[in-house]
Amino acid sequence: MEIRQIELEVMRYDPEKDKQPWFQQYTVPCQEDWAILDALNYVKDNLDTTLAYRWSCHMMVCGSCGMMVNGEPSLTCKTFVRDLPGKVRVEPLENFPIERDLVVVLDDVMQKLHKVQPYIIRKDDPPPEGVEYTQSRGALAKFKQLTMCINCMCCYSACPQYGLDNNFIGPAALALAHRYNLDSRDQGKSQRLDILADHDGVWDCSFVGACSEVCPKHVDPAAAIQQMKIDGALEFWKQKLGFPGGES
Amino acid sequence: MSRQPYVRPISKTTWYMRNGRYKIYMLREMTSFLVVFYTFLTIVALSTLAADSPAAWQNFISSQQGPGMVVFHALALLYFLFFQTFPWFKLAPKAMPVQIGEKKLPGSYIVIGHYVAWVFISAVIFWLAGAL
Ligand code: SF4
Ligand code: SF4
Ligand code: FES
Repeated sequence: MEIRQIELEVMRYDPEKDKQPWFQQYTVPCQEDWAILDALNYVKDNLDTTLAYRWSCHMMVCGSCGMMVNGEPSLTCKTFVRDLPGKVRVEPLENFPIERDLVVVLDDVMQKLHKVQPYIIRKDDPPPEGVEYTQSRGALAKFKQLTMCINCMCCYSACPQYGLDNNFIGPAALALAHRYNLDSRDQGKSQRLDILADHDGVWDCSFVGACSEVCPKHVDPAAAIQQMKIDGALEFWKQKLGFPGGES
Repeated sequence: MSRQPYVRPISKTTWYMRNGRYKIYMLREMTSFLVVFYTFLTIVALSTLAADSPAAWQNFISSQQGPGMVVFHALALLYFLFFQTFPWFKLAPKAMPVQIGEKKLPGSYIVIGHYVAWVFISAVIFWLAGAL
C-alpha cells in the first residue's frame, strides 16, 4: 500500500500549563485508506502519548470524533487523508470550550438535548392494560431521517448563531424536538412549544443552513427548524383564533 | 487535575469572515436593505395614488424613469432573483415537505409549483394593471 506523508498541525491545550492553545506539528506517514482519526492514532501510538482526543467506534456511529479539519466541522473517522492536501490542520470543534487538546466541553448541549423533552409524551401515561401504540410505516417515514442523529455536535460547531450566543437551543436539539413532534404516537407538541417558540428557540435560527451542510448523517436540522417555524406560527394563530390546540 | 476550559474568542464584528458560507450569508443579509427600500417605495407610490392628484403621480413615475433609476431597478431585480427568489424557492421543499403515503413528493415538484404560482400571480397583477 502506498504511504503518503502529511503534515498534521494539531491544536494543543493543557489547562495546567497553557494560557492559550497553540499548534504542534507532526509528520505522519499515512496509508492510502487512512482517515484523519487514523493519523491521530498514529501520533498517539508512535509520536506523542500526551495527545488527548475522543473517539470510539471508527465507523460513524458513536459521534465522538467530531473535530475541525481544515476549518470544517467533520467526523475524523470519515474524513479521509487522500481527499485532503498535504498539510492538515486539526482543531477542537469550534463554538465549544476546550477541555484539553482536541477534547471539548459538551455540558451545554447535553443539557439542551434534555431540555426539549426528547421522549414520547402521552396523556394516557402509563398506557391502559394491553394497549400498544402502533405506527404505520408512512407515519415512521415522516421523521425517520431525524432519528439518524449521532450527537456529534458538528452542527453546533458550524452554526454562527450558536457561536454568537449559546443560549440558542441549536440545530441538533431542535431537530430532536421536531422528531418527537412528528411522531404519531406523541402528544407533547404543545408542551414543547413553550421551549421551542421562546426567543432562544427556533426564531433565533436565521437559516444559514451551515448545520445541514456539515451534518455527516444528513439529518438536515436546518429543514427541521424551518418546519417548526411554520408549525409554531400556525399553532400561535390557532390559539389566537381559539381553534382547539392542534395536537399530533 | 484542575479543569480550566479555554473559550476561544469570537469577534462580534468579523465572525463571518471565517468561511465562505458565512460570507455569502452575510452578503444576503447586508443587502436586505433593498427589501426595505422597495417596501418604502411601495408606500410612497400608494400614498401618491391616494392623494388623487394626476400631476403628483406623473411626477413620481418620471422620478423612476431616469437612466440612473432604470439601471438601479435592473440591478435590484437581478439581486432579488439571485439572492432571494431562487435560493428561497430552492429551499421550499425543505421547509414544506409533502408526504403522500410512505413517499415524500419529489422536491422538484414543490419548487416548480412555486415558479408556476409566481408566474400566475405576476400575470394577474399585470392584467389588473392593464399591461396585458
Ligand atoms: S444533526 Fe447531524 S451534525 Fe448535528 S449532532 Fe446530529 S448528526 Fe451531528
Ligand atoms: S440553519 Fe439555523 S441552526 Fe442551522 S446553522 Fe443556520 S442558524 Fe444555525
Ligand atoms: S469514532 Fe465514532 S463516529 Fe467517529
